[in-house]
Amino acid sequence: MDIHTLDITKEHCPMTFVKAKLVLAKINSGDVLEITLKGGEPLENVPKSAAEEGHRILSIEKNGESHVIKIEKN
Amino acid sequence: MRDYTEDQLERYSRHILLKDVGVEGQEKLLDGKVLIIGAGGLGSPAALYLAAAGVGMIGIVDGDRVDLSNLQRQITHFTKDVGVWKADSASEKMRAINPEITVHPYNQYLFASNIREIIKAYDFVIDGTDNFATKFLINDACVFEGIPFSHGGILRFDGQTMTVNPGESACYRCVFNAPPPPNLVPTCSQAGVLGAIAGMLGTIQATEALKFLTGAGNMLYNKLLTFDALKMDFRTVNLRKNENCPICGSHPVITELVDSDPAVCDL
Ligand SMILES: [Zn+2]
Repeated sequence: MDIHTLDITKEHCPMTFVKAKLVLAKINSGDVLEITLKGGEPLENVPKSAAEEGHRILSIEKNGESHVIKIEKN
Repeated sequence: MRDYTEDQLERYSRHILLKDVGVEGQEKLLDGKVLIIGAGGLGSPAALYLAAAGVGMIGIVDGDRVDLSNLQRQITHFTKDVGVWKADSASEKMRAINPEITVHPYNQYLFASNIREIIKAYDFVIDGTDNFATKFLINDACVFEGIPFSHGGILRFDGQTMTVNPGESACYRCVFNAPPPPNLVPTCSQAGVLGAIAGMLGTIQATEALKFLTGAGNMLYNKLLTFDALKMDFRTVNLRKNENCPICGSHPVITELVDSDPAVCDL
């Protein structure tokens, strides 16, 4: 199991989830992706969209101005 | 998996976001090869959408040049293109939409002697032709080569389409058997066609090609979709493979390609 990281704090919808999907497509099933993102729209939509595609949201934590969500790839 | 540039990610973002396409599906489109036969009413919208989708290699075949009367429905051709080879004109627009894809124009007609050589480089074929002789030729060549294809036809306000997976689903001859006698086929100058229905049907055919390449959804195999745009009525008739089909039945009588007289109709 590998842990991968992705920072999408500079991206806007829908490129936030596009970038997340690109990494999720590249990593192995069971790997964890830690995404750093801003509050508001990305925080609302990225975990929801990832869950809709069958991935597991492990945690969502606030980290200063941004948030870190951990997703386990389906 | 290829390394996407920022521009590519943005260009294809609306595909990547789709659960049934995604990065993997876009990858298949970029690796996909589609041949469009006929750069007319059906081939025009199909060419534009496939180029926009990033289909990696697109061939387009047409032995005709753009005529002023084509512009009412053949939307890859512009007024400045009158007199230009249709395949070249369509290729120019495809490259303008998406410079990253490979486009092969074939400024020629297809015959029994050259069709198999051309189609076998492709994964999927779109029949956007306007005459029965070529439609049967495409069916037979695709059955022999085992290449899936989308049949399409339009006249007046009506359209019909089916997708054929050779050997697995009903082919065009399973349903229609043989070309009608030329004197029974209305020519388009007599029949006419509403320009926009070419777009309705051509985009259905492009959708089938994109579904085939990505594996999304269910293909229009063993189904004939027809519409009457006057009533905006769509119907789907279930079909099945015909045991007595002259080319894909249990005792095929067609064992090689032959040219028949085209009943020319410029759709
Ligand atoms: Zn058949």
